[in-house]
Amino acid sequence: MQPRALILLANGTNRDRDVAQALALAGANPVIMPLQGLRQSKRSWNDYQILILAGGFSYADALGAGKLLALDLMYYFADQTAEFVAAGKPVLGICNGFQALVKAGILPANEANPDHSEITLTFNQSGHFECRWVTLKPLSQICLWTRRLTDLIACPVAHGEGNFVSSNPAVLQQLISHDQIALVYVKQDGSMADGEYPFNPNGSMMDIAGICNPQGNVLGLMPHPEDNVLPYQYAQWMRRSGHSGLPLFQNAVRFVQGRESA
Amino acid sequence: MKMTQHLQLSTYRVLVGNRNHDDPRSSAYLTDAHALGLTAISQITCYDLYFLYGTLSPQQCELLAKTVLYDPVAQSIQWHTLTKNHEPVLFTGGNQATIEVTLRPGVTNPVAEQILRASQTICLSNLSAVSTGQRFVIQGDGITEEMLHILASRLLCNSIIQRYALGEIQPVFPSQAESTGDVEVFHLTSWDDETLMQLSKERRAALNLEEMQTIQAYCIKENRHLTDIEFEMIAQTWSEHCVHKTFKACITVEGKQPQVIDNLFKQTIQEATRRINAAWVRSAFKDNAGIIDYDGVHELSFKVETHNHPSAIEPFGGANTGTGGVIRDIIGVSARPIASTDVLCFGSLDITFDEIPAGLLHPRRIASGVVSGIQDYGNKIGIPTVNGAILYDSGYTSNPLVYCGCVGIAPLDSHPHQLQPGDRIIVIGGRTGRDGLRGATFSSMTMDAQTGEVSGASVQIGAPIVEKGLIDVCMIARDRRLYHAITDCGAGGLSSAVGEMGKEIGATVQLERVPLKYPGLAPWEVWLSEAQERMVLAVPPASLAEMQQLCELYEVELTDIGEFTGTHRLVVRYKDRIILDLDNAFLHEGIPQKHLFAELPDPPNPAGYCGDINLHSVNYNQILLALLAHPNIASKENVVRVYDHEVQGATVIRPLVGINNDGPSDGCVLRPLETSNNAAFSLSVGINPEYGKLDPAQMAVNVIDEALRNAVALGADPDRIAILDNFCWGDPNNPKTLGSLVAAALACRDAAIAYRTPFISGKDSFNNEYLGADGERHAIPPSLLISAIGILPDWHNAVSMDLKKTGSRLYLVGDFRPTLGGSHFKLVNGTEVPDGIPACQPETARIHYLALYAAICDRKVLSCHDLSEGGLAVAAAEMTIGGRLGIHLNLPYKDELRACFGETTGCLLAEVDTGDCTAFEAFFRGLSCTPIGVVSEQPLLSISHAGKTLIELPVNDLVSAWQGSTKGAVSHAA
Repeated sequence: MQPRALILLANGTNRDRDVAQALALAGANPVIMPLQGLRQSKRSWNDYQILILAGGFSYADALGAGKLLALDLMYYFADQTAEFVAAGKPVLGICNGFQALVKAGILPANEANPDHSEITLTFNQSGHFECRWVTLKPLSQICLWTRRLTDLIACPVAHGEGNFVSSNPAVLQQLISHDQIALVYVKQDGSMADGEYPFNPNGSMMDIAGICNPQGNVLGLMPHPEDNVLPYQYAQWMRRSGHSGLPLFQNAVRFVQGRESA
Repeated sequence: MKMTQHLQLSTYRVLVGNRNHDDPRSSAYLTDAHALGLTAISQITCYDLYFLYGTLSPQQCELLAKTVLYDPVAQSIQWHTLTKNHEPVLFTGGNQATIEVTLRPGVTNPVAEQILRASQTICLSNLSAVSTGQRFVIQGDGITEEMLHILASRLLCNSIIQRYALGEIQPVFPSQAESTGDVEVFHLTSWDDETLMQLSKERRAALNLEEMQTIQAYCIKENRHLTDIEFEMIAQTWSEHCVHKTFKACITVEGKQPQVIDNLFKQTIQEATRRINAAWVRSAFKDNAGIIDYDGVHELSFKVETHNHPSAIEPFGGANTGTGGVIRDIIGVSARPIASTDVLCFGSLDITFDEIPAGLLHPRRIASGVVSGIQDYGNKIGIPTVNGAILYDSGYTSNPLVYCGCVGIAPLDSHPHQLQPGDRIIVIGGRTGRDGLRGATFSSMTMDAQTGEVSGASVQIGAPIVEKGLIDVCMIARDRRLYHAITDCGAGGLSSAVGEMGKEIGATVQLERVPLKYPGLAPWEVWLSEAQERMVLAVPPASLAEMQQLCELYEVELTDIGEFTGTHRLVVRYKDRIILDLDNAFLHEGIPQKHLFAELPDPPNPAGYCGDINLHSVNYNQILLALLAHPNIASKENVVRVYDHEVQGATVIRPLVGINNDGPSDGCVLRPLETSNNAAFSLSVGINPEYGKLDPAQMAVNVIDEALRNAVALGADPDRIAILDNFCWGDPNNPKTLGSLVAAALACRDAAIAYRTPFISGKDSFNNEYLGADGERHAIPPSLLISAIGILPDWHNAVSMDLKKTGSRLYLVGDFRPTLGGSHFKLVNGTEVPDGIPACQPETARIHYLALYAAICDRKVLSCHDLSEGGLAVAAAEMTIGGRLGIHLNLPYKDELRACFGETTGCLLAEVDTGDCTAFEAFFRGLSCTPIGVVSEQPLLSISHAGKTLIELPVNDLVSAWQGSTKGAVSHAA
């Protein structure tokens, strides 16, 4: 059966249709819902098996990217979100959605200091917004989105605040030891970026592009794999194929289908 | 908002800073300060500043500050109450000073609005108003007060929308004055000419005496007076911006063969479209945008606007609202906006402050503000900015050009024109303030040293998130057929939108229903306000409830302001008074035709002419590197990368292409998400002010060719390309200026017909001149932008410009007749050349394009790049940069200097696999198609002629020259 994916549309979310296309190609049935509609209906989200926070500029990025969407998650949808996460269902925050998940404390959600996650996504080291293609290496095997992915993923980044920073080395250590580093920026040949610009486009610590929660069902990442799911979208399509972002979404769909048949 | 009496009103001042002291924003400001010559400054640290006003308790302020206003990991925060007798800290000398900047009251402030919304989210209902700003702490030895004022006025604050203080700034919240509803009445039936003109001037109406007399005659005929709102509406309806008086004028062309042109637009641009009569053109010059058939299922709409005058005085806001405005044009034809384009012309970035006329901003400041404005709007609304150009010329110092374009897609024939009496007049989107008042007439006037101050209200800041809501709502409303007609609020605001929509049948508006941002607006201000992010829809009463529901779901405000009537009169009421009552026919057709005189230009040398030059000591290597480093040719990567060109997932060929994604594409190719077949479309441009200065007529043909050539290089079908014209010219009352316009427009007609490329939309901008404090008039070079939209039946056939394969052959396709007139060689070499500009032969070029297109469809072309500024050598160099491969070229032409650096029209380089050469050549039987080189693995560009090596340069050197000079050209601080 087709898993139903709920895509949250805040004011200023703008990659909702991009991710809907990726999910549909992966075999899911995506539904884009304005937050206002969800606030009015107060229904549970039990009908959905996948939750997506799409990219964009929710609330114009006023007061920091993702900040006000995080507030919505904490004040209006705390129960629904918590239920979704606790049930182990796939949750994905891309770019602005990742920023919101972090600022709402849903990521990384590890034990070290749970009230205060001590990580953030702040201004790029370059000081401005940048749109460019990057190469990602999937790492985490506990993350249901990235496990068993062998190919690199090429896709664009398009953000001004994607610099992954932690003020506490213990938090980073825990991300490593719990296998929560889902994706890292690498060079085109797959070798380590090691902070080198532009392979690591924003100065993120340890080249971190995406992290997951300790259970592995919630993934947040800055780049946009949803914009490389069709052959012509790949910036190098005239030279070669591959490096698609689609397997990431297929992983989640397979996960849901596997759960249901189990 | 109601206040509870017993609670005390307080203002809190909240300061948020970065924990990390070398934050990029602060260091960008420091770099810019040093560029201003303020080298005594050693550090600038910036903070965000918030003023919270309401009956908040200190605990509530703390909750709001900690929950909403800062990032605990990256930032620090502090706050305190501002007491009534609070003494602000001022600058008293020393090594440290502060400057604080806030927005003027009434300027759109999305951050403040979001803080108010967020306070509701966390259940605080007693925050009444918010104001935001920035605090700059400046350090350095020997800082003076004068230095701080220079820093503030030239870098940190634009007085059009902001104010600053040395030391702490006091917050101001929008005043609470009540609206008076005042309407002034002009009894102008008895006025003399002088008094009539005085009114035109006082109200900055930009109407001439004949037009004022026509208005007077109308009043005498109808035995009536005019209210201020009626006068203002006539002034804006009759403005150059709205009716294109110059293009519709009766023009007497003087000279050897005098002739009279009674409507330049009809006889040139529109005539070409009429004669070509392409079945796939669905709407040309009728709607807010031109519309063409796409794939038999969808239609594409395209519009390009200019926002020059606002961008000159408030670059960020000008470009920001320019982008937002043209996007609304696309929503106004019921289409989803899917791509933005931007062509920018700035003054030289190296000019010193002494050389800039009084009252103007430095080109560097304009450039960075304009780029930030486009970035802010396009990225936030989620429309990819995929194509454009940036040109520099001292002629644009006072008068930059900002051309903003937008493409939309819609199911075929889904844009309704079914207005009926009884339909409600529905306004959706943002609220109305005193924004951009008189923008239509302002953009029709020459800039003078006071324009910046007097027209202050003419520029606003956009709110892209609000407009995103309009797209969401309008697309659903279109699909559910909830409206009979739609248009955007642009220049002239509601007066223009409702006036245009109700042109055929009439309308009655109840003006006090229009929701306002703040009270205190006079009725005429409400009617004329150019507040952004508003659309007007004609909604049948039966659909109103569903429309209302839809708007609530997407948090878009909807207001019913009146009715379309069928009386053929436009009536505006304010409560129970009629304050405007005009006959539609007079309003829309009453304007007297202008009579103008034109003197055709006389180019110094005919196009295509090559004179005698003696340049024996030319160092070809140095010239090539200098050309690659010239700001017009050099990489624009630092600008392109701040625009999101990937959102919506449609981008097939990007602005930067090649193995390292950094080569200069000829344009872009998109395959929209909405479609399910393989069709794609290209966007490309042509513009050349250097040619415009010498020969406006041939310039027009050349830039049409350039736009088409780029489209063909990308793989577009030459028989499926439509074009848009944007003329940016000086003062048409000057016969020479008008003559160059007439010459260019006539040439446009002939060229478009020859190429069979119909014009589908256009917009002109005149009076791009500046009256300096020195009393001299400064005009821009004649600047015609041609934007082309072309169809590719299959995206697989798209071709990029970067070399693909070692060993493949390079062909020069097209009638190669290079000249040095108006060339970039002349610019970098500095020598005078006696040549004319390239002579374009549209018929010849077209045959070559058709042959090349056939070869591309047969997949015989690996890469393709057009020859433009800098000629053959630059085109070849750019291809090596894109592919990081080498080329060995052997020039089979006599005149090696012109062959290398001369400029041409109708010529392209095509890379062909060795195995495909015979098949490729077969497409060009009887045409010009010359094998001139081979692609090599060794990354080296070598160009030789008759056994002599002219150019030999490693690709890395080409890359450094091409990428080097623009580093930091556009700063990102603003």
